[in-house]
Amino acid sequence: MKKNLSKKEYAEIVKRKSPPSPIIRDVCYAFVIGGLFCVLGQAISSVIKSFGLGKEDTAAITSAAMIFLGAFLTGIGIYDDIAKYAGGGSLVPITGFANSIVSPAIEYKTEGQILGVGAKMFTIAGPVLVYGISASVIYGVIYFFLK
Amino acid sequence: MRKQTYKIEDVYINSVFSSVGKKEAEGPLGEYFDAKYTDDMLGQSSWEMAESTLMKNTVSGALTSAGKTPDEIDMILAGDLLNQCTASSYGLKELGIPYLGLYGACSTFVEGLCLGSMLLSGGFANNIAIGASSHFCSSQKQYRFPLEYGEVRTPTSQWTVTGSGSAVLNKEKGFAKVSEVTIGKMVDLGITDANNMGAAMAPSAADTIYTHFKETGKTPEDYDLVITGDLAWVGSDILLELLRDKGLDLHNHTDCGKIIFDKNKQGVKSGGSGCGCVASVFSGFFAKKLKENEIQKVLLLGTGALMSPTGVLVGESIAGVAHAVAIERVDA
Repeated sequence: MKKNLSKKEYAEIVKRKSPPSPIIRDVCYAFVIGGLFCVLGQAISSVIKSFGLGKEDTAAITSAAMIFLGAFLTGIGIYDDIAKYAGGGSLVPITGFANSIVSPAIEYKTEGQILGVGAKMFTIAGPVLVYGISASVIYGVIYFFLK
Repeated sequence: MRKQTYKIEDVYINSVFSSVGKKEAEGPLGEYFDAKYTDDMLGQSSWEMAESTLMKNTVSGALTSAGKTPDEIDMILAGDLLNQCTASSYGLKELGIPYLGLYGACSTFVEGLCLGSMLLSGGFANNIAIGASSHFCSSQKQYRFPLEYGEVRTPTSQWTVTGSGSAVLNKEKGFAKVSEVTIGKMVDLGITDANNMGAAMAPSAADTIYTHFKETGKTPEDYDLVITGDLAWVGSDILLELLRDKGLDLHNHTDCGKIIFDKNKQGVKSGGSGCGCVASVFSGFFAKKLKENEIQKVLLLGTGALMSPTGVLVGESIAGVAHAVAIERVDA
């Protein structure tokens, strides 16, 4: 009779007993659904471009449209249902970024506009903003000296 | 030598009441629950107050079923998963019953049964109410991500039960009596994955079950069922292996987290969890099976993962705790 199981021995049991994530299936879903978001973005971009707008304006309007779409689908409670299957496919596109801000905003509404929505809206997106902006500043400085 | 098992004299489970949300009501045990709510908000404006209302209604249901007014209850022992036991304290404050708040994560309901039985057996009270609750949405908000946030749940993750269970214990009579309680130790075998609570709890459940049989001299055959709270599929599997290694074959084991949902149809991954899981399944399902004489003796374990989101962030592993209560049917 084994008396004291070590943490290492237990970790092996847990690993053996815990079903792994179905990686291949997850990757396929992410590729297809994430790809569909991109196709949609490209379609919006092409339509806007056909109105004769420049490259920068087209990119800005397309981003805004996709952010709106992400926020809208979150608001009507569908985005998380898509994400259940899509995983990274719905997390990586800009729609996922909108979802990460809108979902806490909805969730914390009950705690008030200031300390609820205002303070907690960025609990998920906050780190992305901090490190994203920091990285872009560093990149900008390097670019400035190398140019 | 210290003992963890206490003999209980003349303590009866007089009444029980169970309440669940929509998903639980649609599950395999749906027909057994006393109250089913289709509105997750229970008419309230926040998840926290929804769970408080769930707790209040469930405790009120158990009191009504016992034919007791709040004034006749000496103490209420209740707890939930929310910070500062929000659901219990906000939900029960208006009942005016002397209150002891409990936190034992998902083991809270059985912790309450253990403590209540000991208080009654020790002669400190005549009527004690027990309550425990959990709510998928309030737990999701506090422990994980906002409800509408797009995330993929891992195969070992569990679905917090929206449910509550309450019992009234007394010294007079009831459909079942409590014969022994075993208070469990905290066991930490280094699990750091907050999405594998079953694995975090299984070692403590194994320890408490093993201790119970060792100290009482009983064997699994002395019970019709050994019921664990919410180890779910992964945790139950680990539990049985741990006990086999200790030379104990628990052939009559079942787990509330495994049976409350349909694993294949309801998308709950490893199964159900939360204080409300064992509380509602015992109060709703197993209590009725005891009353109907389909089962006579059960060992009920509450299993709790003592996980704090802050503890996980600072890199600590998750301990589990499990308490057991031996319950025997009383012939009417």
